[in-house]
Amino acid sequence: MKEAFSGIWIIAGQRDGELLRISFELIARGLELARKRNTSLTAVVFGAGMTNKELYRLIRCGADRVIVADFPELDKFDLELHAACLTALINEYKPEVVLAGATTTGRSLAPYAAMNVHAGLTADCTGLDIDPESGLLIQTRPAAGGNIMASIKSPSCRPQMATLRPHSCLPAEPLKGRGESSGVILRMKQLPPSPEGRNTVKHIGFCPLSEDFGIQDAEKVVVVGRGIKKADNLKLVFDFAKRIGAAVGATREVVDRGWMSYPHQIGLSGKTISPRLYMAFGVSGSIQHLAGMRTAETVVAVNTDPEAQIFSIADFGITGSLFDVIPALIGEINAGNATWIK
Amino acid sequence: MHIIVTVKQVPETRTLRMDEATGTLVRDSGTAIVNPLDLYAVELALQLKELHNAHVTAISMGPPHAEKALREVMSMGVDDAVLVSDRAYAGSDAWSTAWILAAAINTVKDFDLIICGERATDGDTGQVGPELAAALNINALTYVNHFELASAGDFTASRLVEDGEEQLAGKLPMLLTVVKEIAVPRLPVLEGKIRARRAPVKTLGQNELKLDERLVGLQGAPTRVDKIFRPQIMRDCIMASATQGQGALAAVKQLNEFLLTRRIGGGGV
Ligand SMILES: Cc1cc2nc3c(=O)[nH]c(=O)nc-3n(C[C@H](O)[C@H](O)[C@H](O)COP(=O)(O)OP(=O)(O)OC[C@H]3O[C@@H](n4cnc5c(N)ncnc54)[C@H](O)[C@@H]3O)c2cc1C
Repeated sequence: MKEAFSGIWIIAGQRDGELLRISFELIARGLELARKRNTSLTAVVFGAGMTNKELYRLIRCGADRVIVADFPELDKFDLELHAACLTALINEYKPEVVLAGATTTGRSLAPYAAMNVHAGLTADCTGLDIDPESGLLIQTRPAAGGNIMASIKSPSCRPQMATLRPHSCLPAEPLKGRGESSGVILRMKQLPPSPEGRNTVKHIGFCPLSEDFGIQDAEKVVVVGRGIKKADNLKLVFDFAKRIGAAVGATREVVDRGWMSYPHQIGLSGKTISPRLYMAFGVSGSIQHLAGMRTAETVVAVNTDPEAQIFSIADFGITGSLFDVIPALIGEINAGNATWIK
Repeated sequence: MHIIVTVKQVPETRTLRMDEATGTLVRDSGTAIVNPLDLYAVELALQLKELHNAHVTAISMGPPHAEKALREVMSMGVDDAVLVSDRAYAGSDAWSTAWILAAAINTVKDFDLIICGERATDGDTGQVGPELAAALNINALTYVNHFELASAGDFTASRLVEDGEEQLAGKLPMLLTVVKEIAVPRLPVLEGKIRARRAPVKTLGQNELKLDERLVGLQGAPTRVDKIFRPQIMRDCIMASATQGQGALAAVKQLNEFLLTRRIGGGGV
């Protein structure tokens, strides 16, 4: 029965008809698996008014096929409806592997569909590998509060599903020699019926974050801890963050004191980020905080305490007060001496 | 109106341990607490109870001592508690947990609303909520940070997503997974504690649920922990001091040099 399932699928994400970065990260991961297993790569897209021009981007980057469910009802996210589409597609085409982003959408859609099709699903993977012979997917994720990594398999159920932590790899780029004829676009004919009538949710508005970008999508994140001492001092950090084009995150200590709002919280009970640059100011580096930033590419920490745990996972550490270091950083930027910012 | 809240007993994170041989969490070590993120779900349920005269049932799957977690939320004001517990359910993953919880929920009174925490701090998958909604065949809203109920089961809500807040309207029945912003959990009161100590906790197991054993417990769990290993958490940290010599400026110059050697990308001013 397992043999009836084949091919690697990724669930692309879009907003207002434009594919999101995570879609191409998933293509990069999916392509690696498809090549190793010598099978095809399919990208599934849900949306309304998706143009072929946009969808061909997926094909140029390596997808052999794009399946798109394009209906006005799918313009905004409705969990039951999106999951009904995904369930119908999985039942029809029987993919061996289905990957989604570990985003608010992917982390909702994947489990809902996994229940429907009795698939094993591993949340928030940072690593993926596949056995070329058996097709068994080896999924790696942090466990037990980030203290430990677990590798997880779904030996008997198909498809094998996983959500992938955003920014855990680079997005795929268009491949040489691939054009529009390198793959096909299939459009789903109709929405699957609901056995008991649909209880759809109506979108009545959207209130964007005050920052320009979500903290999870940011390439650079500056994080403040309790070492900032009071809310008034945050100005200094925001000023610096703006100059280097970084989003600002916080530890739970800072959020609990009401100095910053919960969407900024990084860690076990907050958000997980994997930016290229993570800079901590006055953060001790508790296990719970580290669980949310461990996969950052470059970690810089500034702390008055030379023994602070944050230094054990930092690439570059400065012992000293953030109240001395940040003004010096800003001064060097103003002097044109921080050329890494470009 | 009947509201069901899902509650999980978890080890306090400080004492979280994995059995390195079996790859499973060691659950009996250290102190067990109510999953901190479930308290937000409980608080929302209690606020709705006060506003709409709802009845609140907490349900938990776990070993017999998970009863303690149920009594704790009862002391906050939850009316009833159901413990789903059976040796056959041990080793369940998110899929089989949601499957079992759905079966248990179907044996208790009809519900209008199910509220779950965003995820449990031990397993940390955040999957049981959406999977439970699928198993019960109802729609769900995840990452809810605001929820208001009007008459006849109409509600408005908002969801916290990556780049902002979605404002929504809908009708019950619905399952919610809520984030911390939803409410500030109350502390248990003495009166509640006294009531919770005496209140009955209904227990459901295989005798009552008679589930297909191929779908529950370790056997029914689609996922298997293959192995666990310690991540490479140490990095080689280059240290600079801002407290000696030229102080902050010298350290910052060294940092700027270092960052030039890393792949960071632009975006600054
Ligand atoms: C279940 C659970 C979930 C949790 N989830 C999270 C989570 O999601 N995210 C999270 O962050 N925490 C979380 N925590 C809390 C966590 O355990 C820590 O309490 C928290 O991360 C510490 O925050 P902090 O580093 O800001 O504060 P502290 O630990 O108090 O550290 C402050 C640091 O600032 C330094 N400092 C002081 N003055 C200066 C100065 N002038 N310049 C530079 N440095 C200075 C100090 O040396 C110290 O290292 C959780 C805890 C539990 C139990």
